[in-house]
Amino acid sequence: MRATPLDIGFVPLVDAAPLIVAQEMGFAAEEGIALALHRAPSWASARDALSFGQVSAAHMLAPVPVAIALGLGGGGTAIDAVSVLSVNGTTVGVSTDLALRLRDAGHPFDFADATAAGGALIAATRGPLRIGVPFPFSMHAELVFYWLSALGHPSPQSLIVRTVPPSLMADAIRAGEIDAFCVGEPWGSKVVESGMGQLLLPGAAIWAFAPEKVLAVRRDWAEDQPDLSGRLIRAVWRAGRWLDEEGGRSLAADLLARPQYLDVAPDLIERAMSGQLTIATSGDARNVHRFIGFHDGAVSLPWRSQAAWIGGQIAARTGLDRDRAMRDAAGVFRSDLHRAALASTGGDLPAASMRIEGALDRDTQVPSERGGALKLCRNAFFDGSRFDPGFA
Amino acid sequence: MVEPLSVVVVEPDPDRARLIVDALRDATDYRIHVVAERASLARQIVQVKPDLVLVDVADPSRDIIEELTLASGPLDRPVALFVDRSDTGLSTAAIEAGLSAYVVDGLTPSRVKPVLDAAIARFRLMQRMRAELAETKRALEDRKVIDRAKGLLMRARGITEDEAYALLRKTAMDQGRRVADVAAALVTAAGLLG
Repeated sequence: MRATPLDIGFVPLVDAAPLIVAQEMGFAAEEGIALALHRAPSWASARDALSFGQVSAAHMLAPVPVAIALGLGGGGTAIDAVSVLSVNGTTVGVSTDLALRLRDAGHPFDFADATAAGGALIAATRGPLRIGVPFPFSMHAELVFYWLSALGHPSPQSLIVRTVPPSLMADAIRAGEIDAFCVGEPWGSKVVESGMGQLLLPGAAIWAFAPEKVLAVRRDWAEDQPDLSGRLIRAVWRAGRWLDEEGGRSLAADLLARPQYLDVAPDLIERAMSGQLTIATSGDARNVHRFIGFHDGAVSLPWRSQAAWIGGQIAARTGLDRDRAMRDAAGVFRSDLHRAALASTGGDLPAASMRIEGALDRDTQVPSERGGALKLCRNAFFDGSRFDPGFA
Repeated sequence: MVEPLSVVVVEPDPDRARLIVDALRDATDYRIHVVAERASLARQIVQVKPDLVLVDVADPSRDIIEELTLASGPLDRPVALFVDRSDTGLSTAAIEAGLSAYVVDGLTPSRVKPVLDAAIARFRLMQRMRAELAETKRALEDRKVIDRAKGLLMRARGITEDEAYALLRKTAMDQGRRVADVAAALVTAAGLLG
């Protein structure tokens, strides 16, 4: 039988791995589908290709489907997240100038303590702090806003968050446009290699289990093609499981490095995959537990509470009704479709689709869908706060 | 007398920028600004206060413009991704031609359409030229690597050029790969073995 071709959009980042692995390692073929992967030059173009039907599914920033549901950006086509592709995997970095000021002031660059790093950053900044993020609706923007406002940074007057495409982050520092950045790998490591900046924190230090990228589809496509979307969800889920298994990741680094995918040196991708980050051109290295996650701890489940958190944050910043935004947001994280697709795989999921975000300060066993138990990963916020959506 | 539309074209490549500007000039009278420098893109666009922003879909700096569409200060003019609500299929045509257009709210479609028509036609042409160039480059690369692989085989096995090519082609067919890919693998392997 010939495999059904599916056009899929992706942006060249380490967290596109589940889609690339699904195709390259045969998980798509097992489901009778062939993924034609189209590299998108920007998030807006990936989103539009999806909205206008040029692709059936896309690698997407978790906040993008939420923003569309809130009427912000995009052409108005409803987009749903049917799987979470990855958690964490981003870095916060500063320009070389600012890094030197931080080191002079005694900051140890431990690459772990978000409270200390944020305090030092605020103290070392003269004038407004300008931070580059890849897209207005991105976990990067959400993490930066959350982190600095929780530390009492008087935004928005003195905190300027600017959109800078990942591949142009080093150029933006060189041109004096930004003082700091938050970006997905391998682009933070690229800034380090270019000598323009140093890494201050992994995104995971701000929120230990932040849904980073999702598998996004048009709502009408998911409804018209339940069989096809189910096959896609399963193929990508198996790819994520493979990535979190022993040995999967270094092979994945070689696959991702190919010219048609990320087109960068495999050792640069290996850093994010292994959690062994080089934070400065001096070669200073830091090891980060769970720097990026693809499977362990039910990564793939689109928790409705994750979407509600994103919706609440965006609403607070843009002046929308917060309660309504949280409910609308929760509706686009389709835990129902995700569960239905995985029912035939033998893969277990947590029994709930809504939880208190930030409540787990260590890995914890919870009741699973099939009556057993399942490990969930630590999901604490750096300041210990908890987010209860307050609805089911 | 209606003010001429102010159009910003984001295009770092001067030759491509000229092609686009010429196409728009032919269509009718506009004030056209070309923005070539990506670093200060947002600031430059805000200064011009354009009615329309045209940008290549392939340009990563498109996400910077996306941010401008969300600016909501009292003096900002709302700019939206151009989405055609009539049945002309203009949006789809633009996207297929590799063009993203951002249009200020409140402009009537009849004013925007001639600009977009001209821009879409020009982007289509440029897209075709780009595809042809890429194809030519690839064919040239393929021929170079196949020539090197043939040379290696002729020396290693003492066969003629035609026999070497036949061997490459047979191997490619047996493995379901392109001749150029088999040749590239051989060249790489030979390089490793010294």
